[in-house]
Amino acid sequence: MDTDNILEMRGITKRFSGVVALDDVNLVVKRGEIHAICGENGAGKSTLMNVLSGIYPYGSYEGDIVYEGEPVEFRGIRDSERKGIVIIHQELALSPFLSIAENIFLGNEQASRGVVDWNRTNANAAELLARVGLNERPDTRIVDIGVGKQQLVEIAKALSKEVRLLILDEPTAALNDEDSAHLLGLIRELKDHGITSIIISHKLNELRAIADTTTIIRDGHTIDTLAMNGEVPVTEEHLIRLMVGRSMDNRFPDHVAHFGEEVLRVEDWTVHHPVDQGRKVVDRASIAVRRGEIVGLAGLMGAGRTELAMSLFGRTYGAHISGQAYKDGQPVELRSVHQAINHGLAYATEDRKRFGLNLIDTVQHNISAAALRKLSRRGVVDRREEGKVAEQYRRELNIKTPTVAVLAGKLSGGNQQKVVLSKWIFADPDVLILDEPTRGIDVGAKYEIYTIINRLADEGKGVIFISSELPELIGVCDRIYALSQGVVTGVVDRADFTQELLMTYMTMDKDGIAR
Amino acid sequence: MSTDLNLTSTNQPVDGPRLSIGQRMQGLGSSARQYGIFGALLVIILLFQLLTDGRLLMPNNVAALFQQNAYVMVLAIGMVMVIVAGHIDLSVGSVVAFVGGVVATSMASWGLPWMVAVLLGLAVGAVVGAWQGFWIAYVGIPAFIVTLAGMLIFRGLALAIVGETIAGLPPAFIKIAKGSLPNVLGFLGQMDWVTLVIGIAAVLAIAFSQLRARRSLHKHNLTVEPVGLFAVKLALIALGIGFLTVVLSKSAGGTPIILVIVGVLVVGYTFVMGRTVFGRHIYAIGGNRQAARLSGVDIRKIDFWIFVNIGMLAGAAAIVTTSRAGAAVAAAGDSFELDAIAACFIGGAAVTGGIGRVSGAIVGALVMGVLNMGLSIMGVDASWVKAIKGLVLLLAVAFDLVNKRRAGTQ
Repeated sequence: MDTDNILEMRGITKRFSGVVALDDVNLVVKRGEIHAICGENGAGKSTLMNVLSGIYPYGSYEGDIVYEGEPVEFRGIRDSERKGIVIIHQELALSPFLSIAENIFLGNEQASRGVVDWNRTNANAAELLARVGLNERPDTRIVDIGVGKQQLVEIAKALSKEVRLLILDEPTAALNDEDSAHLLGLIRELKDHGITSIIISHKLNELRAIADTTTIIRDGHTIDTLAMNGEVPVTEEHLIRLMVGRSMDNRFPDHVAHFGEEVLRVEDWTVHHPVDQGRKVVDRASIAVRRGEIVGLAGLMGAGRTELAMSLFGRTYGAHISGQAYKDGQPVELRSVHQAINHGLAYATEDRKRFGLNLIDTVQHNISAAALRKLSRRGVVDRREEGKVAEQYRRELNIKTPTVAVLAGKLSGGNQQKVVLSKWIFADPDVLILDEPTRGIDVGAKYEIYTIINRLADEGKGVIFISSELPELIGVCDRIYALSQGVVTGVVDRADFTQELLMTYMTMDKDGIAR
Repeated sequence: MSTDLNLTSTNQPVDGPRLSIGQRMQGLGSSARQYGIFGALLVIILLFQLLTDGRLLMPNNVAALFQQNAYVMVLAIGMVMVIVAGHIDLSVGSVVAFVGGVVATSMASWGLPWMVAVLLGLAVGAVVGAWQGFWIAYVGIPAFIVTLAGMLIFRGLALAIVGETIAGLPPAFIKIAKGSLPNVLGFLGQMDWVTLVIGIAAVLAIAFSQLRARRSLHKHNLTVEPVGLFAVKLALIALGIGFLTVVLSKSAGGTPIILVIVGVLVVGYTFVMGRTVFGRHIYAIGGNRQAARLSGVDIRKIDFWIFVNIGMLAGAAAIVTTSRAGAAVAAAGDSFELDAIAACFIGGAAVTGGIGRVSGAIVGALVMGVLNMGLSIMGVDASWVKAIKGLVLLLAVAFDLVNKRRAGTQ
């Protein structure tokens, strides 16, 4: 046992109902270093950290975790925190209407005999805030400070727990440049005080600036661990090559595209974050799609793909949206979902359970939900016709359900996805935006969905296909837009598709783009 | 049809495995639940029939059951729509008092004919609903708050208008809640022919519509309940209505007018909820508000009209209540909102929205009504009746939850 290592994870394998998310992953973190973990969306980075922090308890995975020289069996996040391992998630876990001090000591109240000692709470909080360089009063409410400062509060909270190993999941994804710089500086400072950090990030320039070591994970495997300050500097190209290269052995249906007129064009589309309104989530994005064309949107977490799609679809996301959309060459207003649907747009959401389906209603009612008017006369639904339509889609899209009267919530993921697709195909749009349509469904169902997408394009619809899986985008699309931090950083035609090229655009720093 | 994907003829039999009874029943989950409520009502009726030595189902008591509980049924119809959409309305009791005051004033002081006064009452109710709907749908204040405010506002206005009581209402108006259909067709023994004709017509209409619906399902290869279950269901419905008809035909007046009004409302609103785009949208926003919004449902418009509707039904309940009391009383409608809400939940509506039926709410109202009447015939003190009703509500919802958990649907 090398006592220079604070953490060794050996042979970690984690399965979710048969699907292998982590396969024999090994991770060695040296004491006092900043260790970066990078990989594509879905590579298994967060799963690995959840195993480490006990969110997935001991026994639910295979392999060993050795921390500070001894094997550990965490059964929950409290176990790992007691040992000084603190994880800060991308979605901050702060209570918005409580003060900074209250949040720092949430669950660890500075109290004697059940009565909170407010003076002690605020004094201790002030001390911690000074350590993280946050110049705010401890009694300020969380809602009143920006995301960057909230991130610092999380770190202060970690420090209050005597953290020795700090895990940060995409810490700068939601921050502006200044806040990012401050945060990275703070992490370096913590290192000088002996705190080890693990950072999950896909901002490659950032990694090169801060990390001592980088471990690359792809498809649940450890690919390589690189010393960043060695004699040979690690280039971004090298990192990209290690991150991508997912196997292309997924079969994709053959498809010969026939392009028609341009059906949708979006120019200078800018969207601000609905809460943190100073932040641009989509920044002057311009995209276009022709009839019969399948256009991909590639991007890593936080690139703004879903935000672009939802803000287009009747402004269902974002604030201060500007830019112009053209449908069949004519400028159109898309201020409500109703308007968007009337102009021939459809958006099938990435989160079908939350935004796509009424799980406590039948398959039939879900299929007809977006175009009920087509099935009704003077406000009365023709149930016979509705039944026929539902039955037709059940057969054509091969939705596996005994009848269309079954509740949508009882179906498997792939079949639920087909119900969502049926709903939008029946609405008969000209442009269909599909957001991660194959997420969480099995290979067979994926192939069926690719076939459906091709068929829709052949019918002359424009398809915008959002996916985190590069092989899938490359296998299905005719053209791919790459986004990074809300900016369209590149457009690639089918002939030039490579995972490396796309990943280069996807990890490009937005300031590095010539406009 | 939207696409030119190869359309197969719908007359072909469904390919795929033959369905087991269990699988067939799966699609009927909600109707099976519905039978449960009817069963519970039946058990309660039989229980009290025994406990009261047969007095519960005496003709005049049955007629009174409907006359006494008509207001709950009318309000429960509006409330079940509100609850399915994921809201609540706490103001209906106060609105009943307020509209009652307006209606009574319009007849007693302004001398409006009773029919005009009735229309005025419905209109005022709708305006009250539009007022609340505006705050809920377009300003975005939770219905709980808006209708809690409404509860205070309209109780206050009722006190201001009514003072204590406004009496001296026209006899024709009072007949709405207290009168019966005239016995124009004479009698068969002790039985009123008008009631018998209505009962027979109702049985035939239900049997005909059920058979037609079943045939249409068959034709399109959709799930059909097993033939035995269907026959038993039809027979029970016929038996129930037949029994009710015979009992009512022997009551002092025959068919209460109010029963006809409630019947029309039930049929009408069942149609609205089950067959219209509006009804479908209510279930859609209750089941998953975000998904409904992203499917292009105008959520605000639906919310607004749901509250206009319950306002109008509160107006109708005000007319019924005022007519039955023979006068407008400022304290009228006290805790009516709770009766209506309880009826919906006993009748199987989901607290989280998206699930609930008009027929369920009516049965829920009847459960409460039978409890009320049975206990009061037995001479149980009114304070205990209240406590028992509260317990029944709690148990009904708990039973429902436990059942769902056992079915694994949470």
